[in-house]
Amino acid sequence: MTTPLKNTKVITANRLIDGDAVWLGTNGQWLDRVDNALVIESKEQLEAQMVIAMKSDADNYVVEPYDIDVNVESGKVVPTKFREVIRTKGPTVRTDLGKQGDFQAHAA
Amino acid sequence: MYRYDEFDKEFVSKRVAQFREQVERRVSGELSEDNFKPLRLMNGVYLQLHAYMLRVAVPYGTLSSKQMRKLAHIAKKYDRDYGHFTTRQNIQYNWPKLSDIPDILEELAEVEMHAIQTSGNCIRNVTTDHFAGAAKDEIADPRPYAEILRQWSSIHPEFSFLPRKFKIAVTGAPNDRAAIQFHDIGLEVKKDAAGRIGFAFYVGGGQGRTPMIAKLINEFVPQEDLLSYTEAILRVYNLYGRRDNKYKARIKILVHEAGIDKIREDVAAEFARIKDSVLKLPDEDVTAIEAYFAAPEFKELPNVSTAFEQAKVRDAGFKTWVEQNVTEHAKVGYGIVTISVKKPGDAPGDASSAQMNVMADLGEKYSFDELRISHEQNVVLPHVALDDLEAVYKALVEADLATSNAGLISDMIACPGLDYCALATARSIPVAQSLATKFEDDERQRDIGPLKLKISGCINACGHHHVGHIGILGVDRKGEELYQITLGGSADEQASVGQILGPGFPSDKVDDAIETIVETYLQNRTSKDEAFIDAYRRLGAEPFKQALYG
Repeated sequence: MTTPLKNTKVITANRLIDGDAVWLGTNGQWLDRVDNALVIESKEQLEAQMVIAMKSDADNYVVEPYDIDVNVESGKVVPTKFREVIRTKGPTVRTDLGKQGDFQAHAA
Repeated sequence: MYRYDEFDKEFVSKRVAQFREQVERRVSGELSEDNFKPLRLMNGVYLQLHAYMLRVAVPYGTLSSKQMRKLAHIAKKYDRDYGHFTTRQNIQYNWPKLSDIPDILEELAEVEMHAIQTSGNCIRNVTTDHFAGAAKDEIADPRPYAEILRQWSSIHPEFSFLPRKFKIAVTGAPNDRAAIQFHDIGLEVKKDAAGRIGFAFYVGGGQGRTPMIAKLINEFVPQEDLLSYTEAILRVYNLYGRRDNKYKARIKILVHEAGIDKIREDVAAEFARIKDSVLKLPDEDVTAIEAYFAAPEFKELPNVSTAFEQAKVRDAGFKTWVEQNVTEHAKVGYGIVTISVKKPGDAPGDASSAQMNVMADLGEKYSFDELRISHEQNVVLPHVALDDLEAVYKALVEADLATSNAGLISDMIACPGLDYCALATARSIPVAQSLATKFEDDERQRDIGPLKLKISGCINACGHHHVGHIGILGVDRKGEELYQITLGGSADEQASVGQILGPGFPSDKVDDAIETIVETYLQNRTSKDEAFIDAYRRLGAEPFKQALYG
């Protein structure tokens, strides 16, 4: 028996060495993109995943993990807050920078 | 210009080595984030939305061409090929890797620069008039005093863990271009009846969530007591400033709650105790520091430059740029050039490494190797001969830096906002870009006249919206970016805090709202000579409210 969350969530942090935004995937891996982040649906799952995230913090891989509300739209994970959307992409005023810039560079 | 002495060199090199070791200990896990955070902040390193951010001090906004080239080099080698000039006369890099920052600091130390005390609850980079040493209305160059304060405040053991950050600004001119009344301590250089130099001390000013205009605490403190009186203020603040509530910890709250008379009394008592201590400033020490800021070897030039006058006739764009971006210099035959880093459509205050290199070259060739960063996020060449202005202008045109908008509506101050900043609640840059583009027509914005438009992406007010003639504050209302408009703020000697006009506007309605305000001003001004702020002071908010909200 699990307690469903009001909003589905993912866990995010910044990577210690370069400050890059990262999201927690399955098996405790941190991902550079939100797309395949582990979507958490219950309170119990959130608690368990936060333990994993905090271990990464203690292991000095990420800094100060926290959870954010997300929706899954057409199979894509989309944060509900604009601040978090910006973290998944990069500055809205410089689409050549951040994650969106990396994508452009790879596509070129 | 000030040069590091042996103490500065040793101190900065040691700090770089210390920070390198601290980063290594953090990465190895020897230091936790809780332990490391205050250390990185004391070295100007923040963690923002996408990456770390490094804030580098430009003491009192003055730098040499070599230093500007180093800033460009760092942008290119370690960052994303640009830097952001800030309202504290500093530069910020938005993308450095933590592992690269010790190397960056080492490179900065090579040109006598650092990031120490650009963050944390300490005395921050002392700021001053960006026209210092060149302005016609100046009583004395404020930079020697800013430098004396820098030396005194650098790693001052008693003031390294204050209740909150502490900002000092100095103006050497009665026309305040350094916004001294919005600083924790504001100093105005003055002369008494006997011609002695001293300072009017203002205390308790600031912006943020509780904007306050500083109170005059002492009309005239003689030069020799500069440090002891400043230390007395810091001691009273350090003792009584609130440490229990971050939002009430600035000295402005202490001054507001205790009252300026009580603070004046306490400061006077402490000052009486320490005024004859080692802090007394001997004239010869001041003279020694002043020598570092001696005026360059100006040529004796005629009042009128024929080449300059002919160029203005030949090139209308040059004429407009001169009228808008060149200020009269104290020395006949020279001008002060404001390089606008506010091209409409670009992020205010952002310059590429290529642009920084161009500005460095121009500073070296035409301005006695000196540049300034203004708190309005522009770059200044303080000493350019009128004969050379056309060559400077042409080089700036090539580098996309010749926008003729200094002091006009499109010369907006904007903080990084939600596009970069972890504290922001709304975006600033795209709103600023849209407004600057809307008002970019030279003829129209020059018809509108002097107008300070400033935007912040949160209540911390890094974009100085409280002191904008028109201020814009971005907030988050249930997930939507909403922009509140204030009118009537001013950061100069007639300091005032802008008043909120009414309910906020969504981002796509801000342009129209500002247009309505500007049109209301144009329809109601007595003549073209009545500037926006003067018209607002005469009319009050009502006509603008009526026009906006009906």
